[in-house]
Amino acid sequence: MSKKTTGKVRRSKLFSHLKDAAARLNAATKGPRRALYAIRRLRWLAQAASAAVSNGYLAGFARMKIYSGATKRFCVPGLNCYSCPGALFACPLGSLQAELASGEVRLPLYTLGFLFAFGAVLGRFVCGWLCPFGLVQDLIYKIPAPKKLRRLPGDRGLVMLRYLLLALLCILLPLTVVNIVGQGSPWFCKVVCPAGTLGAGLPLVLFGEGYADAAGIWFAIKVSTLVVILVLAALTYRPFCRYLCPLGAIYGLFNPISLVRLKFDRGKCISCGACERVCKLNISPHLTPGSTECIRCGDCVAVCPTRALYGLPRAGGQKGRVQEAGK
Amino acid sequence: MKRTAIALAVLAVGFIMLAVGTLRGEMQIVFEKAATVCLECIGIG
Repeated sequence: MSKKTTGKVRRSKLFSHLKDAAARLNAATKGPRRALYAIRRLRWLAQAASAAVSNGYLAGFARMKIYSGATKRFCVPGLNCYSCPGALFACPLGSLQAELASGEVRLPLYTLGFLFAFGAVLGRFVCGWLCPFGLVQDLIYKIPAPKKLRRLPGDRGLVMLRYLLLALLCILLPLTVVNIVGQGSPWFCKVVCPAGTLGAGLPLVLFGEGYADAAGIWFAIKVSTLVVILVLAALTYRPFCRYLCPLGAIYGLFNPISLVRLKFDRGKCISCGACERVCKLNISPHLTPGSTECIRCGDCVAVCPTRALYGLPRAGGQKGRVQEAGK
Repeated sequence: MKRTAIALAVLAVGFIMLAVGTLRGEMQIVFEKAATVCLECIGIG
């Protein structure tokens, strides 16, 4: 056989091996991939429904006037500015600051009650499934980028930033920086909140009457902050949730104990690493299932071949237990 | 079981805080803020 013919035969055998390997890999991962796509579709639906319920006052968008009905007494779980023309409910973070800034309340039991209730039941499941601004970031992340970052530089320090913002902008400053009549300001809403800028500031300033003339330096700062966050959201997964959101900081504290929580059965784990690879927040679910960073997206549960990870919604994909390695 | 018990206790505390906060008139504070345009929130105030 000539050298040319030998080379052709070798290449043909190599391609055949590769095709067989690809087919085996496809068969082995078909179930987990299907489960992953199914849970992501379910989460999209939940997020869209939550955003629609939170901002369902369509007449507000048409008239650029905010809703002032009875439901504004109650807080939604996620970050949703109550000055959004479509908002039907109050924002828990805005309400917390409003109570502290009112000068009448030192301990805002009403808003804390909502936060404790949502936290005890859901923890950061709110972030993964119910928060409208979480949905915005998920959509932005789908935009192709030359390189997606697993984490931003200084990730370890940045993660603590949201606790600092909670303590300083949401609690301390509203309580202490007050005017002549003893009223403070909602500093997080005033300086940072991108949900407020996107949902309320931009629509009202662009399409409302009289707001454009009053928009000044603070509006420019908030729009710049929003732009930076949205650009980062295209490059890395959920930067606002990971580094800046005080509401996520609060709910994260409930993660280890909430009724809806990620659970791990060590006896079933085969250390395949699938959960770590699929986690976009760089968590090791099998090591820290109660992580304060986890937004309970359910991806790790979907891909776990032995159902060692459970406790979150699971949709489609594998019906029963997949064969363990070697069997 | 222990974590579930803690979660239920926290939930109960949450409901109690909601009730006490409502009786103290805090619901009205939240409503007044949420039902009017928050100028600080939209970057004007």
